[in-house]
Amino acid sequence: MKKRKERIDRGIKVRSEDVFALLSWKEMVYLSGPRLLPLIACALLPLVLGTYWQRVLLSVAVFGLLAISWDILAQSSMVSLGQALFFGMGAYCSGAMNHYWGLSPFITIPLATIMGGVICTTLLLPVLRLRGIYFAMVTLIIPLMLVRIIEATKILGGTEGISGLTPLPSHWIESYVSLAALLAALFGFRRLMDSDYGLVLKGINDNDRSVMNAGINIYWFKAQALFLSSAVGAFAGAMMTHVYMFVGMPVFALDYSILPIAAVVVGGGGSLAGAVLGAFILVPLSEALRALGGLRIVFYGAFLVFFIVALPEGIFHFITRKYHQFERWVEVEK
Amino acid sequence: MNAAPLLQVVELSKSFGGVQAVSRVTFDLHKGELLGIIGPNGSGKTTTVNLITGFVKATSGSVIYQGRDITSWAPHKIVRLGIARTFQMVKPFYQLPAFKNIIIPLYSPRVKQLVGGKYGDRSAVALDLLEEVGFERDAQVAYKVASVLPQGYLKRLELAKAIALQPDLIILDELFSGLSLAEVASIIPIIEKLLVAGKTIIMIEHRLKEVFRIAHRVVVLNYGRLIANGPSKEVMENEEVKKAYLGSED
Repeated sequence: MKKRKERIDRGIKVRSEDVFALLSWKEMVYLSGPRLLPLIACALLPLVLGTYWQRVLLSVAVFGLLAISWDILAQSSMVSLGQALFFGMGAYCSGAMNHYWGLSPFITIPLATIMGGVICTTLLLPVLRLRGIYFAMVTLIIPLMLVRIIEATKILGGTEGISGLTPLPSHWIESYVSLAALLAALFGFRRLMDSDYGLVLKGINDNDRSVMNAGINIYWFKAQALFLSSAVGAFAGAMMTHVYMFVGMPVFALDYSILPIAAVVVGGGGSLAGAVLGAFILVPLSEALRALGGLRIVFYGAFLVFFIVALPEGIFHFITRKYHQFERWVEVEK
Repeated sequence: MNAAPLLQVVELSKSFGGVQAVSRVTFDLHKGELLGIIGPNGSGKTTTVNLITGFVKATSGSVIYQGRDITSWAPHKIVRLGIARTFQMVKPFYQLPAFKNIIIPLYSPRVKQLVGGKYGDRSAVALDLLEEVGFERDAQVAYKVASVLPQGYLKRLELAKAIALQPDLIILDELFSGLSLAEVASIIPIIEKLLVAGKTIIMIEHRLKEVFRIAHRVVVLNYGRLIANGPSKEVMENEEVKKAYLGSED
């Protein structure tokens, strides 16, 4: 007897819409499960992991934030190759304020988040009119230029950087603050992108002339998206500065630009959640492959290529699709 | 009509390198009027509209709207004054469902200013607007992603996006092109309704029959120059217009 799969998800979709979801536990769990899972994971993981993997988790949070920052920009029509600019700017701002003015990390981190956002937005303001690869090239070049400026003028510690910065009081605070920031950015920006404001940003990505034709100043909206994105990146940089107790030229390294893009590609773009999921997969994978020594990058690259070919939509979109797709086997009548 | 014109186009010119796309075009438009702009392909109709709406910067001349010189203003600022347009090549947000396409103009500062800050549920307003332009509510077309909609619906969507801005002047750039006769016949009442509501309309069209029937006045362009401006009947009989459309014997 031949069998085929039959979709049976209509019922639960209708039942779990709006206020009807409150009618049963099953629907409530169906709706809240995917949202509670990251919350529970982020609350428990630091407790069960050892010191080394706690550090890796911190890295996951930082690259997750950078990936969110990249995805916000991409959804607003700006393809960036320079997340390192945001990261490095936040890192140098907080490092300098801590070193020269003696401010506590609890003041430098929020201040550097805003300052980094403002400086990066101002730097990129003149090129907001550029689209696609042209904008991307500028974002790639600026961090490289900044590195050379620091090297040549020896400002902010020059090639040696600034060391001996104040650390955060404990590694628990480091872990939980960065994970809380990651979750806040994830849920907050997902909500924002689902609002009418987010719709305008997505509209600019889809057809900027049409948004202009609706009486909306697209450059003002793009500048706002740029500020939000760069502030997220700057927070990540400021956080890491106090974790490493050091800030130097490596904060503008290409890794901080490329790895977030890889995370979005693996996780799935346009959802922000995919970006975070990508970071949760790639960063630990990169650490786990360390045992392979020189071949690490080869395996890492092969894994990336495999994912791009096998799941071009991204893991998050694949899981979402499957989650909402209820099927059962039925016999095919002859 | 003795009142001051709503829109004055004065000696407007635009050249792209050596090509004179629009050459010293002058015409007026009064409130509540429907002006048809016709002319052969490449005569400068769309460029004139692009100049009025700020999508192209004028080489010389001026555009005066409600007594204010708006020549070469940014497009979004012109829209905020109450001039909305549709595009000849439709520009929907292809990745968004049809009704969400309308939410973006509803988010416009122009609309916020008119309704006073808070808007409420933009989706409901968007669905109503789409129904007005012919998206049958039962068929759920309004929920479909714009990329799968047929041309007829895309043109209606384009019109709804302009209406959503609650403009005083609506410029329709070849709204009827690519539509069947039946579709055109179903859109004309919508345009007539806009006129009754007191809107002023500029219609660029290739379908002369429809323009001559509904337009109060017709402007004819040829090689970027204005060759006729007057009531439909007068323009239809104009020798230069006939020559532009049919060619001369010598």
